Amino acid sequence: MDLMEYQAKELFAKHGVATTLGTVVETAEEARAAAEQIGGVTVIKAQVKAGGRGKAGGVKLAKTADEAFEHASNILGMEIKGLTVNRVLVTPATPPEEEYYFSFLLDRSNRQYLCIASVEGGVEIEEVAKTNPDAVKKIGIDPGKGVDAAKAREIATEAKFPEPVFEQAVKMIEDLYKVFVEEDATLVEVNPLARLAGDKLEALDGKVSLDDNASEVRHPDHEEFEIREEADPLEAKAKDLGLNYVKLDGQVGIIGNGAGLVMSTLDVVAYAGENHGGVKPANFLDIGGGANAQVMANGLDVILNDEQVKSVFVNVFGGITACDEVANGIKGALELLGDKATKPLVVRLDGNNVEQGRAILNELNHPLVTQVDTMDGAADKAAELANA
Amino acid sequence: MSIYLNKDSKIIVQGITGGMGAKHTALMLDSGATIVGGVNARKAGTTVTHKDADGADVELPVFGSVAEAMKETGANVSVLFVPPAFTKDAAIEAIDAEMPLIVVITEGVPVQDTAEVWSYLQGKSTRMIGPNCPGIITPGESLAGITPHTIAGKGPVGLVSKSGTLTYQMMYELRDFGFSTAIGIGGDPIVGTTHIDALQAFEEDPETKVIVMIGEIGGDAEERAADYIKANITKPVVGYVAGFTAPEGKTMGHAGAIVSGSAGTAQAKKDALEAVGVKVGKTPSETAALAREILQSL
Repeated sequence: MDLMEYQAKELFAKHGVATTLGTVVETAEEARAAAEQIGGVTVIKAQVKAGGRGKAGGVKLAKTADEAFEHASNILGMEIKGLTVNRVLVTPATPPEEEYYFSFLLDRSNRQYLCIASVEGGVEIEEVAKTNPDAVKKIGIDPGKGVDAAKAREIATEAKFPEPVFEQAVKMIEDLYKVFVEEDATLVEVNPLARLAGDKLEALDGKVSLDDNASEVRHPDHEEFEIREEADPLEAKAKDLGLNYVKLDGQVGIIGNGAGLVMSTLDVVAYAGENHGGVKPANFLDIGGGANAQVMANGLDVILNDEQVKSVFVNVFGGITACDEVANGIKGALELLGDKATKPLVVRLDGNNVEQGRAILNELNHPLVTQVDTMDGAADKAAELANA
Repeated sequence: MSIYLNKDSKIIVQGITGGMGAKHTALMLDSGATIVGGVNARKAGTTVTHKDADGADVELPVFGSVAEAMKETGANVSVLFVPPAFTKDAAIEAIDAEMPLIVVITEGVPVQDTAEVWSYLQGKSTRMIGPNCPGIITPGESLAGITPHTIAGKGPVGLVSKSGTLTYQMMYELRDFGFSTAIGIGGDPIVGTTHIDALQAFEEDPETKVIVMIGEIGGDAEERAADYIKANITKPVVGYVAGFTAPEGKTMGHAGAIVSGSAGTAQAKKDALEAVGVKVGKTPSETAALAREILQSL
């Protein structure tokens, strides 16, 4: 799960990282009140999970509370990279004297953690990495050893944090590593890490991505970071039903078992769609190994509620699960849904007990169900029906 | 021949008394694999009973620790069906016992736990497969994991895949040829055995004539495998990559299956593989057809 800036800063503060939390508001009126309370010049910052907020006009300086109101009215409701801004963060304006970059992240390629630090330019880090790669230090972290005071000092030295803020940098590196490991993050980024007036080091902006597996296993408190009303309503519904669902922008609803097979199914449907008016997959939905009637019904229920969906492709390879169980699942799901099932279903069953499975569906002889024996053929049929 | 697993493999199951552990212990026995016991500290000294491939009862001892199980049974493979919260400790216990091969089936392991286990593993003798994987099957010889043993028999194809169901699908497509070994390496961001490890092992395995490699979006394992193939692999390799239609920034089922910005796309992986001469199919069936063509020309 990616966090918004204000949520990232809450975790920073929790672990002792110097930052200013500010006030999160959802209306321009509240922004005015927050600016009044903070006093002086404030910054109004759009809270969305996207980079480039400043360039999109989502970050504005306000000299007065009235200006804060005005900026907040403009920013709230604005779209940044397809995301609607529903809240803004009001913080005191603290112009940095220097901007640095710092992050810890999961380095998949090397199966360890990586620290990236640069004292040359913060927000433009990608530009710095291109024009002056030597200024961007990358330091591998052994997950078994972690970052203690000595390692933090080593990193600060290598990154060349200037003397007046050096000791603060060492402490901040240690604390940021605490955020990384104690919250089970896959990314903790401070950009910019600012040197403010009086040589005070502060995390002016932050980005944190949390490992969903870890949140599930040992961080029940991470649930509060989920902003339910901003989730796609179908995704929220699927989540409540315990389904692994991602909404996409297409016409062919997809249900399958196993993440790899479902990803593959989306691709095969997209190829087939090229011959049928450009129809595309409408979603990713992995119902896993079980695929009993209730799970199948839940899956169909979510997909049939997607108004864009014109046809549904059920693609199951019976591995551990037997195809007759899956066929009974489909049968049961259609019974459970009754009149709610209104869109054509193309079913491809293969693998364990396939003959019995196909026989069950043949016998059912449901007007909405078409069986096709191969994945490619079934994808073609589903695309054709979606284009009808 | 085969890779990592063969008829001499003696398997224990960590988590043998749990639901998944019990179900798949029975299925592994049914495949003809040699299962010699299990581990559960709270049930040490008890036994569990399942049927073997011939339908005869097999009574399996439950030990208090991996070390004890190895000492008593000579086990050289451990399959882990341990809940995600306890997987790290169970893996470290097996590594400390110097278990030669551990296969971690568990899905949902915190990635930092896997990172710590991987770090702990360095310089030690254990190979880890997974986590979040279907395990490994050497048809007709042994099965350490959840891959259905009925899909395909023994043959010249070596298969390595990030995905369980695509492993099954590909085994099914090429069931008339059969497999030396089929290994599911798992869909997590960090796994113990990579495409490269399996490619190297298949290259060295005389029984493997053709290698089929299945990847998916996320990370750069396929790109690195492409570099490795160019430098080291002489056997024909056929590839497939899933996730061309996956949107940026969304996790597609597997924790590791995510396109981040322009990194980890299916197109980049396909291009990297094709650039080193790997034939890449657009669909699983087309991939199987490419492999079939090569197999028929051997």
